Amino acid sequence: MMSRSGGYEPDPELTEHEVGERLHWFDVDRRGFLKVLGGGLIVCLAVPRAAGQAAQESGRFRSSPELPKEISAWLHIGQDGRITVFTGKVEMGQNIRTSLAQQVAEELRVPVETITIVMGDTEETPWDAGTFGSRTTPTMGRQLRAVAATARERLIDLAAERWKVDRAALKVEGGKVANSGSGRALAYGELTRGQELVAVVAEAAPVTPPREWKVAGTAVPKVGGRDFVTGKHAYTSDLVRPGMLFGKVLRPAGFRATLTSLDGKRAEKLAGVGVVRDGDFVGVVAPDAWTAERALSALEAKWNVPPQPSDKELFEYLKKNEEPRERGNGRGGQAGQNSGSVEEAMASADVKLARTYTVEYIAHAPLEPRAAVAEWSGGKLTVWTGTQRPFAVRDELAEAFRISPDKVRVQVPDTGAAYGGKHTGDAAVEAARLAKAAGKPVKLVWTREEEFTWAYFRPAGVIEVKSGARRDGTLTAWEFHNYNSGPAAIGTPYAVANRKIQFHPVRSPLRQGSYRALAATANHFARETHMDELAHATGIDPLEFRLKNLADERLKAVFEAAAERFGWGKRKPAAGRGFGVAGGFEKGGYVAACAEVEIDSSRRPRLVRVVEAFECGAVVNPGGLRNQIEGAIVQGMGGALFEAVRFENGRIMNPYFSQYRVPRTADLPQIEVVLLDRKDLPSMGAGETPIVGIAPAAGNAIFAATGIRLRGLPLAPDGLPDRRTNA
Amino acid sequence: MGALVLTVNGTRRNIEAPPEESLLSVLRNRLELTGTKYGCGEGQCGACTVLLDGRPVRSCRTPVSDAAGKKLTTIEGLARGGRLHPVQAAFLDEEAFQCGYCTSGMIVSTVALLESNPSPRPEDIVGHLAGNICRCGTYPRILAAVGRAAQAMRKA
Repeated sequence: MMSRSGGYEPDPELTEHEVGERLHWFDVDRRGFLKVLGGGLIVCLAVPRAAGQAAQESGRFRSSPELPKEISAWLHIGQDGRITVFTGKVEMGQNIRTSLAQQVAEELRVPVETITIVMGDTEETPWDAGTFGSRTTPTMGRQLRAVAATARERLIDLAAERWKVDRAALKVEGGKVANSGSGRALAYGELTRGQELVAVVAEAAPVTPPREWKVAGTAVPKVGGRDFVTGKHAYTSDLVRPGMLFGKVLRPAGFRATLTSLDGKRAEKLAGVGVVRDGDFVGVVAPDAWTAERALSALEAKWNVPPQPSDKELFEYLKKNEEPRERGNGRGGQAGQNSGSVEEAMASADVKLARTYTVEYIAHAPLEPRAAVAEWSGGKLTVWTGTQRPFAVRDELAEAFRISPDKVRVQVPDTGAAYGGKHTGDAAVEAARLAKAAGKPVKLVWTREEEFTWAYFRPAGVIEVKSGARRDGTLTAWEFHNYNSGPAAIGTPYAVANRKIQFHPVRSPLRQGSYRALAATANHFARETHMDELAHATGIDPLEFRLKNLADERLKAVFEAAAERFGWGKRKPAAGRGFGVAGGFEKGGYVAACAEVEIDSSRRPRLVRVVEAFECGAVVNPGGLRNQIEGAIVQGMGGALFEAVRFENGRIMNPYFSQYRVPRTADLPQIEVVLLDRKDLPSMGAGETPIVGIAPAAGNAIFAATGIRLRGLPLAPDGLPDRRTNA
Repeated sequence: MGALVLTVNGTRRNIEAPPEESLLSVLRNRLELTGTKYGCGEGQCGACTVLLDGRPVRSCRTPVSDAAGKKLTTIEGLARGGRLHPVQAAFLDEEAFQCGYCTSGMIVSTVALLESNPSPRPEDIVGHLAGNICRCGTYPRILAAVGRAAQAMRKA
């Protein structure tokens, strides 16, 4: 069983955030919910098939009209006035528990504190594809605003009926509907009077325009923030169930290994220890965590590890192992990208370049490793786990144990981060397997080494770019091939008549999947480094060269905002320092970064200052947004400068923080964030796109400082090469 | 299994644990003090930081027997009578976290710094927290929170 869970086939759903068509849909029992919640007003958002935001979320939702409607979000206002919102999204540090509450509070004209959001629970919340792709703000935020606005209007109707007055005379304020004429006011809970009222969101719910926002659009502090500074917040690994045992899984000696022999006798002699074997899956359970660790090390296993590629041959391997399938065409920002004739345009170009860029595999390394608590009771399985896709994990569990999904409940406590790395239910399946064998609840917490080895990685890639420009800096030809890393943001935002852009899927040597911003980081690195090379080849300032070839006003605006704050063109770098600029857009967010780099005495590049401008429509929470952008810059520095997974013959060679370097306090540059708040535009997500500018900006700054052009990420983990390699 | 007496956050606790078991494992799994986090088990991330007689230690690399007879303080022991410790308040005010998983270790490390050095220079703060990883990258806020806490503690 488990050898499959460690499968190495690249999963296109993970690589490209796609969620496959679902076979089963369960009608939502609204009456059942009213029973649980008590009377009051419940508002549902019904999403028509193959329409609306949910359709965008997967791109290929089912469309049969006879099936029951999907409910994608709902809200309940109880007799006591308590407002509860249900969403399948999960909180993992991106601060959506707060930003979604703000949007509901805005529409219902109540303080944020009066709202409770139930998240990521397959039994209590509506089905959701998962929390990824920066979709929470544009999709769930929009839905919840519509739901809350519908609730507000329904409450006004109830008051108008009660008082027999024209609803136009009524006003909503502070959780009450008030009649300014008579001075009467009724709280929401009193208005519902314990009736069971159900409302479905109308086509055009009267949502409040961003210009009139009072609660949304402000820096509301993180909901429940106090529990994070007192240690009270319970992550998955902190949960305790009655009679709970502690589990450990025996990891194979290498990827794709098969178990040839197992001796569990020494382990089984330890008090209370059980050894579980199911095919190549081996685990132990013990009454306490310490004994479980000792039991694990007492197991004697022999594995057969087949020969596998190593990182030394990675980029040649990726070029040679293209997967013969048509994937990625017309998706991931590629649609409509090919036009004209690159060959003809290249032939007549004044300046021609052909360059190859590479990115290594990197690890998410969320500080909370994968963990799960699993409990079987009467044929029903309940699992608490930190995952971005609770419903997918429910299905994964149902499939693993051959039970119906309605016999599985997955609950996601607010999680110690994921960055795209927790799409799968590996720990959940393992804990459930151990709990099934033990007949008791089992907690399983992965070690850092397991997290670095048995999770999945951000895809490595090779990107080949060919370009042509006129002497005046007009871009005329653009050819771009991405091998393996992915199609996200593969299209160029620059105006160029002759384009050929293609993603080439590859049989990945390592298990790979989503990572914050997906391949947008790799594609921006290649594109924005190449644009810099072209700028230097034509002798034009790199910022001016970009602006000259840009038609997109929003992208121009962030470039100009970042450049202005940075002082681009107004200051000269000190000796040994250089300035670089890069930018782009993805997932509705526009980003530009200016970086100042210093080369230290050991020839290591160090970021001194980063200015990043970002625009994602109407800002829902400027405090949370700044936090995301600052964090993305810091995390992005790691992949830009020094992070790389080393592997050899089926083994990860640097599975510890002592060997896999992540950004630390000493790496921190001065960071300045410039927010462009466009209240006239829909709010978009911001968890990902702010990460894409930093790597090319840093690389371009290194070139400016040294004349050395680096074309691989990480740029210089061991310091700069001695001589110029920018041939 | 051995019987040990620990003084945790001012309270004497009798525990049964092998002396070589990590202090982190005892805190989390035997005393249900789960505010102290496991992040790496190699003393590299600082999520498990606790104070032993006021000095910061990585509890994942500390055998529980080392804590016997010493004054042990965890994140749960910082607030007094529902009032946050100034370092906790500063982290909250600066919103110096995203997922919050590193926060306990950051706060406990900071308490240790400010108790030994009430007026740290920026490079002192950076150096002291070099062993604490925030993978969400909230370092700018963390450094600001430490500065804010230092100021608050000097005034108090």
